[in-house]
Amino acid sequence: MRWTMGLGLVALLGLGIGAARAGTPAATYSTLGNGVTLIVSEQRSVPAVMVQVTLDAGARRDPAGKEGVAHLAAELLTEGTARRSASEISDAIDFLGASLESAADADMVTVSLAVLRKDLDAGLDLLADVLLHPAFAEAELTRRREAVLAGIRAQEDQPGAVAGKAFQRALFGSEPYGHPDEGTLHSVPKITRADVVAFYRRHYRPRQALVTAVGDVATAEIQAKLEAVLGSWDGGPAAAFDYPAPQPVATSPVLIDKPLTQANIILGHRGVARDNPDYYALTVMNYILGGGGFSSRLLDNIRTRSGLAYSVGSMFSVNKAAGSFQVVMQTKNASAHDAIARAREEIDRIRREPVTDDEITEAKLYLTGSFPLRLDSNRKITGFLSQVEFYGLGRDYAETYPQRINAVTKEEVLRVAQLYLKPEQLLLVVVGNLSEISLSSAAQAP
Amino acid sequence: MVAVVAGALVASPAAALTYAGRVREQVLPNGLKLLLLEEHKAPVAVFQVWYRVGLRNETLGRTGLSHLLEHMMFKGTEKVGPEEYSKIIQRNGGNTNAFTTQDYTTYFATMASDRIGVVNELEADRMAHLQFQEDLFAPERQVVMEERRLRTDDSPVAALFEAISAAAYTAHPYGWPVIGWMEDIRQSRLADLKEYFQQYYTPNNAVVIVAGDFDTAQLAAAIEKAFGAIAAGSPPPPVRAVEPPQQGERRVTVRREAQLPFVGLAYHVPNLHQPDAAAIEVLAGVLAGGKSARLYRELVYRRRLAREANGSYEYTSKDPGTFTLYAQPLPGKTPAELERALLAEIKKLQSKPPSEREVEKAKNGIEAGFVFAQDSLFYQALLLGQYEIAGDWRLIDQYLPRVRAVSAEDVRRVAATYLIADNLTAGVLDPLPPQPGKRMAPAPAPHGMVH
Repeated sequence: MRWTMGLGLVALLGLGIGAARAGTPAATYSTLGNGVTLIVSEQRSVPAVMVQVTLDAGARRDPAGKEGVAHLAAELLTEGTARRSASEISDAIDFLGASLESAADADMVTVSLAVLRKDLDAGLDLLADVLLHPAFAEAELTRRREAVLAGIRAQEDQPGAVAGKAFQRALFGSEPYGHPDEGTLHSVPKITRADVVAFYRRHYRPRQALVTAVGDVATAEIQAKLEAVLGSWDGGPAAAFDYPAPQPVATSPVLIDKPLTQANIILGHRGVARDNPDYYALTVMNYILGGGGFSSRLLDNIRTRSGLAYSVGSMFSVNKAAGSFQVVMQTKNASAHDAIARAREEIDRIRREPVTDDEITEAKLYLTGSFPLRLDSNRKITGFLSQVEFYGLGRDYAETYPQRINAVTKEEVLRVAQLYLKPEQLLLVVVGNLSEISLSSAAQAP
Repeated sequence: MVAVVAGALVASPAAALTYAGRVREQVLPNGLKLLLLEEHKAPVAVFQVWYRVGLRNETLGRTGLSHLLEHMMFKGTEKVGPEEYSKIIQRNGGNTNAFTTQDYTTYFATMASDRIGVVNELEADRMAHLQFQEDLFAPERQVVMEERRLRTDDSPVAALFEAISAAAYTAHPYGWPVIGWMEDIRQSRLADLKEYFQQYYTPNNAVVIVAGDFDTAQLAAAIEKAFGAIAAGSPPPPVRAVEPPQQGERRVTVRREAQLPFVGLAYHVPNLHQPDAAAIEVLAGVLAGGKSARLYRELVYRRRLAREANGSYEYTSKDPGTFTLYAQPLPGKTPAELERALLAEIKKLQSKPPSEREVEKAKNGIEAGFVFAQDSLFYQALLLGQYEIAGDWRLIDQYLPRVRAVSAEDVRRVAATYLIADNLTAGVLDPLPPQPGKRMAPAPAPHGMVH
């Protein structure tokens, strides 16, 4: 077990993509006969290959009342196929020392294979089998459903998770982003095998799939192998998805009483979508406000100067549709009021007066200069290429990103702070020992 | 059986990844050791400074000092202001942090390799000139108390693991929490830290490890220039504590409000300094190496007792540690059922060796994990540091050969030798039900569910 000093929350704004010297990793792009987009990057440093399949089949597509079906569908892929039982799959993967994992978040499903070069064929055969022929057996669904429900209960013992879910629910209500990806104690028991199968048939379509392969293999070779194992994947066009118009939400504080020593606090409101043109100015603004670790104003105020919290930071969670802006922190119950007041003070200040020359320079230096760190392993390159493609950021993104960041001015930082930070709309969520917390005025908007 | 297993383990991909021959070792006249691993796959380098001090060097009433000093290392020198270290690294496009464990305290910065000189200068400066100011110490002590609340006090499972460790050790500091007991943190003084710094933060008690895209000769010269003038200190006092053999089972219970119970079983076991360690590593793989391993397959999958069942063993600890098995019951299952199931799995392994295929699978998993880890520069530097602190970085190259030499009978034998009742500390999280009526002002639930 280890204890870290922690930088607070790192900026989630962005896909963790900076940019500068290194440039875009060399990659080839092609399309399989059935419409799958293939991205391949040859990297010979380790005798292994990473393959990621990315699909627009995340939890935002859950039908109303069946929240959690996208998550269950993704998790059940590796729990049995037409040819192999769940045990046969895990035994085969473990015997290769490989990993094969599938997961869903709000927007996307990823199926990821990490395999030694010498076992590539066996790994691809398993990957294709779980992706194309999942059995969704009733017994496996029962097991996963039970595990998901137990997991939801176990999260109740994690104060940060309790606060995060309460925030999400209060902010987005019945909209697609309003429910936890894994569903709820209410919705998960109602999900049937027919729901899972219907979801899979509707959303797991080759024409909306990206496959990214990075590692110790020639481009032509992996292309041929993938065409061979995925070529039979058939299906019509992908189902379109329109996020519904946002509903008005209540901004009254959400206070949850638990016998904790710390108040777990989230202060935030609606944010922006990934395709918002102000994304880059917001990235710079948020770095200065609370995304930049020890360089951020929130951390300096609430941790370094006052010792009120171990971890404090702000982020814009960007999605296909508008996500959220959040300040997240934990402090002993008695200082909750003080910490919230300081967070509000910093949100107000960055809207009131321009940031300093030093601050904007430092933010740009970090955001552009840290780019090579985002691409220093094959695992990271796989994630980078997949996300750039999934969000349509342009295949020259690593070159355009620093230009866009460097073009941001102090005036623009002030403009986006005033436009996208909304003190009067801040929703406060506190999970803690309410008898020790006094929130009389902190809970109110100024 | 499944067709894909045929042809596995033809050649060993890890064979090319030995460390001897790739790492340059050098010791400066003041005792500072350098380990440099040049690798040009990306224009990035990770620079780490390891101090040979951690929980094992602490004393009762002063636990948590190593970790608290780690925080104070970011509070500046004559030349560099408080928290400036992190800001300078970030301004140069780098990421930095530090961590403290039972055996060591490590500082690291990862950055574009053409900037690595910046961290070299900063690390040398704070090893030589760290400042100790009361007005900076007081809030930082509060920060660490918040860290303890966050990581341990408000986490039922973390609190259980703390209690298990405290019961498993009677004479060795490994029984205490790395972050320290809350009262020890509260009562810590600046003078303690200053003394601790002078004692342990000397070049002869430190190792500089750099991995990545640089020229070894140039970098070695630059490090010597930055650190060479720092005077050696007197050697730190040896740690004399030795945990006596356990004589009978120990049992702890943590009772507090929680949703689900939790069970942990800790057994004292040898580490890499003893021949049995490799067999324990394979044993850990047989029991807990993936979804096809015994604990998952039996407790989670087949019998549906647990939502999670796993194991943990630290091969590279400096002093012998524990092998821990743990599991969280599914709702409706009791900790007693789960403990019986865990003990039954141990008993099976004690009476009959695992199959050859299981042993092969565990070894394949260990070997492939070792290969995948080479994808990360940070991890390669970490591995060098962990082995160097435990004894000698060259021991890394013995790891896979030792693992490969383990037989099924070895696995049975170590299970029968160490995983016995007299050597067990069992811990149970026994949840108290939530107080009724304490949820206030919940947000409107869109589908009527209770959060």
